[in-house]
Amino acid sequence: MSMTMATDEAPPATSKLKDERTSAIAALTQPKGDDLIGRSVTINRPREELFAYWRDFSNLPTFMDNVERIDVLSDTKSHWVVKAPAGKTVEWDAIITEEKPGALIAWTSAEGADVPNSGRIEFVDAAERGTIVRATIAYDPPVGVVGKVIAKLFQREPAIQARRDLRRFKQLMETGEVATAAWTQKQRDEENA
Amino acid sequence: MRALTWHGKHDVRVDTVDDPEILNPRDAIIKITSTAICGSDLHLYDGYIPTMQAGDILGHEFMGEVVETGAKSSLKKGQRVVVPFTIACGSCYHCGKHQYSACDNGNPADNQDIGQEMYGQPMSGLFGYSHLTGGYAGGQAEYVRVPFSDVGPIIVPDGLDDDEVLFLSDILPTGWQAAENADIEPGDTVAVWGCGPVGLFAVQSAFLMGAHRVIAIDHFPHRLDLAKKFGAETINFEESKTYEALMEMTGGIGPDAVIDAVGLEAHGFFVDNVVDQIKASLFLGTDRTHSIRQAIHACRKGGRVSMPAVYGGFVDKFPLGAFMEKGLTLKTGQTSVQHYMPALLNAILEGKIDTTFLISHRMSLEDAPKGYKMFHDNQNDVTKIVLKPGLAAAI
Repeated sequence: MSMTMATDEAPPATSKLKDERTSAIAALTQPKGDDLIGRSVTINRPREELFAYWRDFSNLPTFMDNVERIDVLSDTKSHWVVKAPAGKTVEWDAIITEEKPGALIAWTSAEGADVPNSGRIEFVDAAERGTIVRATIAYDPPVGVVGKVIAKLFQREPAIQARRDLRRFKQLMETGEVATAAWTQKQRDEENA
Repeated sequence: MRALTWHGKHDVRVDTVDDPEILNPRDAIIKITSTAICGSDLHLYDGYIPTMQAGDILGHEFMGEVVETGAKSSLKKGQRVVVPFTIACGSCYHCGKHQYSACDNGNPADNQDIGQEMYGQPMSGLFGYSHLTGGYAGGQAEYVRVPFSDVGPIIVPDGLDDDEVLFLSDILPTGWQAAENADIEPGDTVAVWGCGPVGLFAVQSAFLMGAHRVIAIDHFPHRLDLAKKFGAETINFEESKTYEALMEMTGGIGPDAVIDAVGLEAHGFFVDNVVDQIKASLFLGTDRTHSIRQAIHACRKGGRVSMPAVYGGFVDKFPLGAFMEKGLTLKTGQTSVQHYMPALLNAILEGKIDTTFLISHRMSLEDAPKGYKMFHDNQNDVTKIVLKPGLAAAI
């Protein structure tokens, strides 16, 4: 069977060609999931600093709104509890498959994950603009297409979440806080619920 | 606290709402002493700006006294400050270039989606101006939470009244940036559409930047009189044909630079304007744009177009051909208030710029709904309404 591959340099996650996207997933270490997301953000901080904050997984819930909790089980293994539509949660163990200090973290979910997923976070120098943080995530939509629509309705769609999470990471790293338009603690709690 | 809230087209009310709290380390809480109704608030009042929600607190021109500070605020309790309407972090790439209105971080992450979809990149946050720009509560209230208070607010030196410095929050820097965006050269003739506060400050600024002549265009006689006081020549578009007048007044050349300080609610019975109005009411197009079309038409070859006026959506019949053939340059954008505040405060202190002439009415916050209606219905006499939360309501 012949594959239709892109002839350009555009990132695979932006490709209109299914084969291009599928082979980008296959290129991940221990790939899991069949839907591909690519999101980048430029952060005005050195990449070592950004990497260090991200590598301590217990920090991630400070900017990942839909992550309820991450238990760090060992240097390479962590347990994720993530909000899902209709007040439910989904859980999985994530295993680090590759790590280049200051540059890259790759992971894959362990057997039995509610939402099988894999991916990598890259930290690339962007000269006077700081660092480009690039997330490439493959995942299996919770309950097929319907699940994806429901997730979107509840704004838990992973592509939307990834973009927002990266923006919050940028806010936290650049300004020391996550911006909120709430004017009382009660309002902020309701927004984060 | 009491606050002016939006509930729909031509429906604003003063409600009792929760007091603001410090939520982030760089926050401060300001007790409002003066807050103005802006011409762009009328765009909200008239329902032209999408993503408003019932209960939103309006107001983006305000000042007051610091009453509470977060751990990383640089402000001190008791200081009097004027707060910029643009919410900027001071630490991102754009803030580093003093492009504060393009700040990456002033707008909460979830709200950035709308701007990203509509405009390609999200806008910075603004106070009291729809959820497109963050959904922040505004300053037409007794108190307001000010994020990034170590970057935005400017401390008012002793001896200056609120009325002398309030407009540093928006319209004075906006008028100044409008003139700066016109890249004025000595000897230039600059035409300004709209003699509202921004237009009038643009007139003053243009002269300070070396313009030889400024021609101000409006249809409210009182506003044209104010422009005349600052040395502008005037065109009343209800009495004269604007394009023809501009061409004759400039010896057939056209103005070297044109400034559109009118924006999306241009008044007057022009065919394109009426078509725009019908389309806006049917949501076929959102912006009514007579003034920018006319400005481009009149501008001299190789001239400059500055557009401080607020536009939100899409336009039809933009004169792209005239724009290209004449080789014009357009500069626009929300104002990077933080960049201009210190120099403009100095200009006020040195007496080079006066802003108090603009204030036509002062009233209690409780009377704000009346103020909106007055401002909306009578733009000839009502040039600027300043709300004073400390004042008792008129009976």
